Amino acid sequence: MPSDYLPILIFLMVATAFGIGALLIGEIFRLKRPYPEKLMPYESGNPPVGEPRQRFSIKFYIIAMLFVVFDVEAVFLYPWAVVFDKLGLYAFIEMVIFIVILLVGYIYAWKKEAFVWD
Amino acid sequence: MNEILQSFIGQVSNPWLKLGIDIVIILIKIAIVIAIALLHVAYATYWERKVIGHMQVRLGPIEVGPHGLLQPIADGVKLFFKEDIIPADADKPLFYIAPVIFFISTLTSLSVIPFFNHFVIADINIGLLFLFAMSSLGAYGIVISGWSSNSKYAFLGGLRSASQVISYEIAMGLSLVGVMIMSGSLNLVDIVKAQQQYPTGMYFIPQILGFFVFVVAAFAETNRLPFDLPEAESELVAGYFTEYSGFRFALFFLGEYTGMLIMSSICAVCFLGGWTVPQFIMNALPFLSKLPNIVWVLVFLVKVYAFMFFYYWVRATLPRYRYDQLMAIGWKLLIPLALLNIVITGLAKILIKG
Repeated sequence: MPSDYLPILIFLMVATAFGIGALLIGEIFRLKRPYPEKLMPYESGNPPVGEPRQRFSIKFYIIAMLFVVFDVEAVFLYPWAVVFDKLGLYAFIEMVIFIVILLVGYIYAWKKEAFVWD
Repeated sequence: MNEILQSFIGQVSNPWLKLGIDIVIILIKIAIVIAIALLHVAYATYWERKVIGHMQVRLGPIEVGPHGLLQPIADGVKLFFKEDIIPADADKPLFYIAPVIFFISTLTSLSVIPFFNHFVIADINIGLLFLFAMSSLGAYGIVISGWSSNSKYAFLGGLRSASQVISYEIAMGLSLVGVMIMSGSLNLVDIVKAQQQYPTGMYFIPQILGFFVFVVAAFAETNRLPFDLPEAESELVAGYFTEYSGFRFALFFLGEYTGMLIMSSICAVCFLGGWTVPQFIMNALPFLSKLPNIVWVLVFLVKVYAFMFFYYWVRATLPRYRYDQLMAIGWKLLIPLALLNIVITGLAKILIKG
């Protein structure tokens, strides 16, 4: 029923109002004494060196791609798990085949050292 | 109380008035839940400092109020009046919005947690899926704050946190599939009810493997020790919220502790039987079923607090992992274990049935 989700929408609005409202009300009471040194990025007290947004390791991209594969797998498993009682042995074997196919990719990623961080 | 209210609503004929009354009731419920949750979060910080203090043979906060009981309120007032420093080179709109996204996404998760039988704000049939969705949205707040701060520490913290959260989300998602197979539902109220009817009364005994994976993933997901690499003090100062101060920092802080509350609640609901006690205890002690509802809310809270205490205990006991160890645990240990748990659970269910 869509009306079941109405409380969530209201909760979302209340939470947003709380977060933004507290920040806006605080704006009236807060101090505001900025000066250039205070507005510098924090680097343990030293003046910042170089660009903060540097190039970063390719590993993060690989993790993100693997995440997509396995999270979609998890999403496929949810409806299967919920109706598992009604489907029985046939669905179980089918899902084991599905998991095995993914395991092949998983082992490939493992052998290619996608999970090794150096 | 509920019946009187229902019969009163039943007499109202105007559909708009009906909707209005519904909304007012929902708003009252939400106000109660948010007030209790935020009070809880405030005192969770106090409790954590006390517990860790005593574990390290210190006293913890003691100056403000009796036994330091007013310390969280003093902290809150202080953070509210602190200057809100925005770095000159920060990406301002994103910098403003990031803590709000983080805070909203964790707080909204509270709307599907069943505190007891008749007290859940939104009794939807995809409760668990909704919780995962919200915990993924929290990652956006972290990544945006890390990127927009224009600071090296924040940038590295945001990157680390993003890849950590998504890595352990898979393990957590898979670890709960066993619970879904056993209960046949994603609705949290149904999961608790199915669990009470189960011989052991709690799923953590048959699902011990899933429980283990879930607990480890829950620690990583909320960026707590021993997996607090995104905000490792000795390496990254404070990680993704290094540049935040004042109330924006407080929003991150509240979001993080609410996240711990959510994880403890999921654990209590899915593995520890929610607000119920096992059926065989109910049968042995018949007077239990006559107890008022408030007792069952307390049962739920005791389970949540026990898990929170475990969070603090682990924090006081274990040192921090290295980043490569963190990734190895997540990908090479927890995911295979969770998949194994799914296959075992499915097989056991078929064997028992047939």
